Amino acid sequence: MLIIGEKLSIIAKRVREAMMKKDKGPIQEIATRQWKEGSGVIDANIGPAEDGGEELMQWMVTTIQEVVPLPVCLDTTNFQAIEAGLKVHNNQWGKPMINSTSNDPERFPILELGVKYNCDVIGLTVGKGGLPADAEERAHIAAEIMGRAMEYGLPLENLYLDPLVLQIATSQDHARHVINAVKMFREMNDPPMKTIVGLSNISNGCPKTLRPILNKHFFVMLLDAGLTSAIADAHEMAEAMKERSIISDVMAGKEIADKQKMTEIRKTVDVIMGRTLYAHSYLEM
Amino acid sequence: MAFTAPKETYSGKVYPVTIGTGDKAVTCGGENVLPFHSFEGITPSRPVIAIEIQDVPPADWPDTVRKPYDAVSGDPVSWAKFCQDELKAKALALRLVGTHPDRENRSPADAVKTVKDVLAAVQVPLIILGSNHAEKDTSVLVAVAEAAKDKNCIIGKAQEANYKTIAAASMANNHKLIAMSELDINLSKQLNILITQMGFDKEKIITDPMCSALGYGIEYTYSVMERIRLAALTQNDVTMQQPLLGDVGMYVWKIKEASAPEADLPQWGALEERGIAWEAETAAALMIAGAGLLIMRHPRAIKEVENLIDELV
Repeated sequence: MLIIGEKLSIIAKRVREAMMKKDKGPIQEIATRQWKEGSGVIDANIGPAEDGGEELMQWMVTTIQEVVPLPVCLDTTNFQAIEAGLKVHNNQWGKPMINSTSNDPERFPILELGVKYNCDVIGLTVGKGGLPADAEERAHIAAEIMGRAMEYGLPLENLYLDPLVLQIATSQDHARHVINAVKMFREMNDPPMKTIVGLSNISNGCPKTLRPILNKHFFVMLLDAGLTSAIADAHEMAEAMKERSIISDVMAGKEIADKQKMTEIRKTVDVIMGRTLYAHSYLEM
Repeated sequence: MAFTAPKETYSGKVYPVTIGTGDKAVTCGGENVLPFHSFEGITPSRPVIAIEIQDVPPADWPDTVRKPYDAVSGDPVSWAKFCQDELKAKALALRLVGTHPDRENRSPADAVKTVKDVLAAVQVPLIILGSNHAEKDTSVLVAVAEAAKDKNCIIGKAQEANYKTIAAASMANNHKLIAMSELDINLSKQLNILITQMGFDKEKIITDPMCSALGYGIEYTYSVMERIRLAALTQNDVTMQQPLLGDVGMYVWKIKEASAPEADLPQWGALEERGIAWEAETAAALMIAGAGLLIMRHPRAIKEVENLIDELV
């Protein structure tokens, strides 16, 4: 299981301010912590970065790799910024990753970069139109992205299929579609396709205390489905690995000693599988 | 071999909710099947239509729907009696729209007087609605809930921003309560949970997932209602087993299709028929989706929907 540390995102206020001021301190501190916690790649999400994106991505890549011996996942919609970042990426620490190509023609050229710089590329299974309705539509889009990767000359082992995790608070049905999509993606090639998710989006918009619970359960259920990597909080995922066996036991219908924990697991799994309707207070019912 | 119609069985049911007192009390809900699926289970009550009246004259209603009430709508008591005695209303919905700060800004004391006068004049159950101003409703609905103590009314609407005070007042005075959220099934469930966590009986809530008129997003309301019903029946979700409200009239009679003159839009057909049909169609759709309580305005639209119910039950 490869964890791509998610914390260096422009959405976080502290990170955004450090990016604006080019203050290396917070960036390096967060990158180092994620490395120590078990991340194998560090995500650098600089947003759309329309102005100064090239310079910003180069600064992020070098700032991270000054202190952390890991590859970086270059996460932006700005093509030039990705290429600029790849030029300074230290491949001694591993292959860089690009987040992401998709079925939107505007995102096809990302594959050229993937080939030119020998990167891993995330293929987000969305098209130009709306969101995929279910697992089948995700698989259909995945097949198109795989075909295109081969056309461009990107080896399929460099492609990570991302089924697009949506918020459980507003798009509950998609949680189980994502789990099914991961299973389907794996079967689309031999050896199985690599898969990746932006994990914590599942709990975006949920109460703070609920977020780690949903994240961890969803992660375990995705692991069971064969997930190979996640953009996530490495610390939280390490905790999830420790809880994996009891979660699996409860899912298999076994009783465990800690009844409160057992109820929490049952209710959370039911919500993720769409067997009960999500509400912020679902654990209190 | 004889044909046997396939039948679904459901694990849950809808709570029956009774409003009003004495022999004029009415009940909605109680079914353990999807709307009108009487061939699959029990459907003890038919959908209840409450006729909407207001505390102030309906100056903002289009002509079509104002006309039938012209002689009585200057006074809420005459209006209420007209609906009960002439239109044979089974329930009334008194909307205290005049308390809205941007309208007449009537005080809670004014609202209390109107509610007491109306309650003294009619015997049919009363739904008492605020002006949908979250802050003002808090003071108005608390006062009227007390004024209507033990009359078994429905007080509404409690929303995320004000449910605590309104639910407490409703509970203290033995009323039912409308819980309204804005077209979001998960927030609807959440509000029901929060209200019951205050000690409010879950079987005394009416869920309003927010109405919308035909052509103005009715598919969202339809879909949320349908999913709430399915959660209640197929998942036995006790937080979603309340009867559903379709607050139809208010949403229909403000759209242009209900008021645009024939002279401007001859291709839209007769104005009066158009508005009435629009209200009846909207109500019918939501009833099919699961609404067990409808608030409507035009007597002829109400008649049409009652006829439809007669055919479906």
